[in-house]
Amino acid sequence: MNEHPVWEVFRKEKRGAAFEHAGSVVAPDADFAEAWAREQYGRRGESVALWLVPRGAIRDVEDWADEFDLKYRRVDGYSIKARLKEARERAGTAGAG
Amino acid sequence: MNEQALLGLADDELVLGWRDSEWTGIAPLLEEDVAFSSIAQNEIGHARAVYELLAGPDGNADALAFDRNPDEYRCAPLVELHLLEWAHTIARRWLYEVADEIRITALMDDSDPAVAGLAAKIDREEAYHRMHAEMWHERLRDEPRFQKAVEELWPYALGVLPAELRGALVSRVGLSEVEAIERGTHTDELAPLWEEMTMVRRSAPAGAQW
Repeated sequence: MNEHPVWEVFRKEKRGAAFEHAGSVVAPDADFAEAWAREQYGRRGESVALWLVPRGAIRDVEDWADEFDLKYRRVDGYSIKARLKEARERAGTAGAG
Repeated sequence: MNEQALLGLADDELVLGWRDSEWTGIAPLLEEDVAFSSIAQNEIGHARAVYELLAGPDGNADALAFDRNPDEYRCAPLVELHLLEWAHTIARRWLYEVADEIRITALMDDSDPAVAGLAAKIDREEAYHRMHAEMWHERLRDEPRFQKAVEELWPYALGVLPAELRGALVSRVGLSEVEAIERGTHTDELAPLWEEMTMVRRSAPAGAQW
């Protein structure tokens, strides 16, 4: 049993929680992956559900073109700290007066 | 269910748990190493629960587990075998799980509610062990090495069960009934295992607390 595929394991810690990446297992097929993932990620009550995904089924996205430095499009592209401070001061002055 | 049969169950689980633990760190695959070790631990946990039931609320389960002489153990010879090869080890695991399922299922109908309740509890954990064993069996059953191991261990596997339950094992495993290597006899491999298993316990002064 050489060169088995990698299965990415996602676990849900409690009902209603989102699945989070937990780690991976190396296994020849889905049944072995399930057995081994149950053992490592689930049997001591640390998960209520698991997802097993063959790594090959994952589309990997990691190239980001940001040639024109368009960070002003992001909400954190603006600093409102100074303006917020001013507004607070105005409000404080208004309250005192 | 008589006490000797329950003691046989507990001793089977303790000794097989001990034997399977010998693979910790050296199993053929890392992931299987973790799974196999964990199953071995579970079996020892089942042994402990049965010893506690037999010892009663004021009894001492540890004494029952470790303070007997090797010839007083009621385990089946199958679990005593010191197997140094994976095909035999996984063949024993599978044969044992099939036999154990038949035994535990029968115990779940025991007239003593404490015994039936404990059997049901053990059964819930065994479901995972069976899935693990079946998965290996499914994968290896056409391999000559595995088939040979199953055939060699078959007379031992029959010895896990009392005669009245063996028919079910024969039909599940698909081999014809042969003369069983019976419980009550021991292989030469039990004594060295017992030496090691009880070494720490015997080294401590009576009444030592851990």
